Amino acid sequence: MLAKRIIPCLDVRGGRVVKGVNFVNIKDVGDPVEIAKMYEKQGADELVFLDITASHEERRTVIDVVEKTAREVFMPLTVGGGIRTTDDFFNLLRAGADKISINSTAIKDETLISRAADKFGSQCVVVAIDAKKTENGFHVYINGGRIDTGIDAIKWARRAYELGAGEILLTSMDTDGTKDGFDLELTQSVCNVVDIPVIASGGCGKIEHFSELFMRTNADAALAASVFHYGELSVGEVKRDMAKNNISVRI
Amino acid sequence: MKTIAITDYGMGNLMSVQKACEYVGAKAYITGEEEGLEKADLVILPGVGAFPDAMKLLKQTGLDNVIKAQAAKKPLLGICLGMQLLFDSSDEFALTEGLGLIKGDVRKMDAGGLKIPHMGWNSLEMNGECPLLKGVDKGSYVYFVHSYKAHVAMRDDLYAFTQYGGEVAAVVGHGNVYGCQFHPEKSSQTGLQIIKNFIEL
Repeated sequence: MLAKRIIPCLDVRGGRVVKGVNFVNIKDVGDPVEIAKMYEKQGADELVFLDITASHEERRTVIDVVEKTAREVFMPLTVGGGIRTTDDFFNLLRAGADKISINSTAIKDETLISRAADKFGSQCVVVAIDAKKTENGFHVYINGGRIDTGIDAIKWARRAYELGAGEILLTSMDTDGTKDGFDLELTQSVCNVVDIPVIASGGCGKIEHFSELFMRTNADAALAASVFHYGELSVGEVKRDMAKNNISVRI
Repeated sequence: MKTIAITDYGMGNLMSVQKACEYVGAKAYITGEEEGLEKADLVILPGVGAFPDAMKLLKQTGLDNVIKAQAAKKPLLGICLGMQLLFDSSDEFALTEGLGLIKGDVRKMDAGGLKIPHMGWNSLEMNGECPLLKGVDKGSYVYFVHSYKAHVAMRDDLYAFTQYGGEVAAVVGHGNVYGCQFHPEKSSQTGLQIIKNFIEL
């Protein structure tokens, strides 16, 4: 049976992992390769590198990170942040990335979704959506949740799917950082309108939040950062808890 | 040290395959030349994309005949689309002839309402003994990404399958020719074991 996936997300700036990782057995807490290897050992199903490099000149560094990681870590790698063109897709895929995640660029120019899907296949096009509840339903937010685009998040997810996205990475701006659990309502609303995998993100703080997500929604994967980085939970622990709840998981 | 030629015909992420081969102790290089394939101990046919495009490129470069000739002499491993190309034909977009090294055909998946592509980690069930699967336990997870699946004509050519709205061929083989529908180079320890087994053939 297809396993539900657990995906740690690493913020990378200038080739280094930022937002400190707090592991005991790691020599260099900023080294993406070492952290990636550690997560592979824990049983992570995939890794997301979110490039938060500010300047264009430093873009090359994330390509180096992917290249180095792909040499030693043998699981799917997704890269997001600052991707604007199909050339960016090409360069990252060639470096060893398997999927590319696009966010605000897709809002500004939705043809990037279809162009990338035509050129490289839907399987590598991930559309990331940051959503927040408003009086008029869930809206798509950009610039790290600061700007309300006024676009309906559920409709946008459907549109991205129709344009050829292979996966939706859905972050709830309402639950992100709360540690109160995933946004089940938002997640299921998106699952209802797309026939591609949905990765839920934002809000997990306790081990039971993962099982809750998979038992109460049709999400295919859960993405988390701080609970894993600070060693509050290990991927292995989360998966064993899911297995106890009869959720199909790779252990 | 064994040498592996990774066939470059313009489709797919070849570097991950190369890195995985090197990681398990082979000398791997990417080549689109007959000479490159000829001098290797083993050949890998990777591939991501559409079947008709891939066959067109293989024919244009003459690599289709080169691969067939090599397959008679040394172990060949097709990965993902590369596995599908080993079969007689595929109905992806238009009926297209394949390399015909394993009997059967490739058709669009009908997973009974499940999401297509079949993407993610799924578990293996075995069908007979296969040197590629030495040390790989039943139930081991490997990473799949595909929308079409192979229908193997001879049951003996199917070594492992997975379940996704029905049986999906995962490891196939006939003589020296092997194929994995999943990506061993993205399947962590299980995948590396399979590549290691291939090198030791």
